[in-house]
Amino acid sequence: MSVRGEPAGKEDRIVGLSVSISKKLGTFSLDAEWAVDDELAVLFGYSGSGKSLTLRAVAGLLIPDRGTIELNGQILFSGDDGRVVPTQLRSIGFVFQDLALFPHMTVEENILYGGHGVSSRERQERCRDMVRRFRLTGLEHRRPVDLSGGQRQRVALARTLIRRPAALLLDEPFSALDAPLRREMRGLLREVQRELRIPVVLVTHDLTEALELADMLILYVDGRVEQCATPREVVKQPASGSVRRLISPELFQHRDKHDDNQERAASILPICCAGA
Amino acid sequence: MESSTLFSLRLSLQVAAVATILIFAAGVPIAYLLARGVFRGREVVDVLITLPLVLPPTVTGYLLIVLLGRNGIIGGTLYRWTGWSIMFTWQAAVIASFVVALPLMVKTARAAIETVDRNLIDASATLGHSELWTVVRVTLPLAQRGIVAGLVLAFARALGEFGATLMLAGNIPGRTDTMPIAMYAAAASGDRSGANVMVLLFTAISGACLYAANRLGRRTA
Repeated sequence: MSVRGEPAGKEDRIVGLSVSISKKLGTFSLDAEWAVDDELAVLFGYSGSGKSLTLRAVAGLLIPDRGTIELNGQILFSGDDGRVVPTQLRSIGFVFQDLALFPHMTVEENILYGGHGVSSRERQERCRDMVRRFRLTGLEHRRPVDLSGGQRQRVALARTLIRRPAALLLDEPFSALDAPLRREMRGLLREVQRELRIPVVLVTHDLTEALELADMLILYVDGRVEQCATPREVVKQPASGSVRRLISPELFQHRDKHDDNQERAASILPICCAGA
Repeated sequence: MESSTLFSLRLSLQVAAVATILIFAAGVPIAYLLARGVFRGREVVDVLITLPLVLPPTVTGYLLIVLLGRNGIIGGTLYRWTGWSIMFTWQAAVIASFVVALPLMVKTARAAIETVDRNLIDASATLGHSELWTVVRVTLPLAQRGIVAGLVLAFARALGEFGATLMLAGNIPGRTDTMPIAMYAAAASGDRSGANVMVLLFTAISGACLYAANRLGRRTA
């Protein structure tokens, strides 16, 4: 299934991230194909539909059985000739669901640790920028355990971005936050994407988050990509019955009790539909 | 305290300290490979290293003689080339302690390394760091308490090594009579006061080691 008309990995797609992979894990089989430009893409679907696996494959933490992964014209994985660029050489930022901050390092040390391959002076400089940018001033010498949820999120982003990666992947990073904080983090993520102009791919099973953030919505059902389109298009023309069920408001009213999903569902859906 | 008792105490500490340093150098990489490495024969290596923990020390000692003795597989060659044999030297006591105490370190350190959150290791890779650097900056610091606990246990075990040491290093007063061996000699010859002093000393040192290892081990989890 292709996005934006052209099949993934063709000569006109030099910029951006394109993924076309399959992987069998026990009885589950993942078969994902999509491509994104310098935009914010959201992988949306039920838990266990293969979103996180795809993300891990892009980062090199999971080796697919077949297919290709390409970032800005560079092949990161190719099943045909067995080429696998190791994770540490991929220049892909990854924010884990549990953030994976190093508990034995301070905020500053965590951020500096992300500045691999940058000269030490430049790294110090960028670290100061990151601390300012992500409002961590005064917290430099704290350990992750002494931070609030939102602060930890910002440290994770700062640590990932200090190296200026060519793409940013986020695996349900906001799922542990309460609603207001989650909204704040979405805003921050939007800003970051606009500023850096790199492909940003977020995994979520929160429909509100998906509709609000996505330039491009990539819908996963049972390990396959059912539809790739703008939220507006998806809402207006669901590609299949399973997509319709996936984005039905009744469903996401129950998805998350902490969020004010009911109201948002009522307010967002008509906007999406009306504008299309 | 008699000078011979003092000698035995000093020798025991020296042997245990050197053995512990060697155990640290060999045990950390072995524990890491067993915990994280995927290679053929991993379980065989694990069994070989753990065997001395369950074998009678005399059997371990006998096997070491077969390997390192003057007519041994390794020891024989060494003797022919240099005229030196490790048998009945304090270095032999170090080897015996090393082999017998290594599994305590490897078991404890392996468990500690296995509990390090896989995501942290993956995160380090996504931040551009090699596996070796990740080990040095993330895995080992986070497993540090378990590793130190393993070292303390290994030290205590090395200090108390008797059977294999007796087989390999013998009981040469003033040369290879470590405390456990001197203790055996004292008890066998009816020297109650000498034996009592050593028992007290030994119990105190070993108790302190166990206490330290327990405290370190608890906080790892």
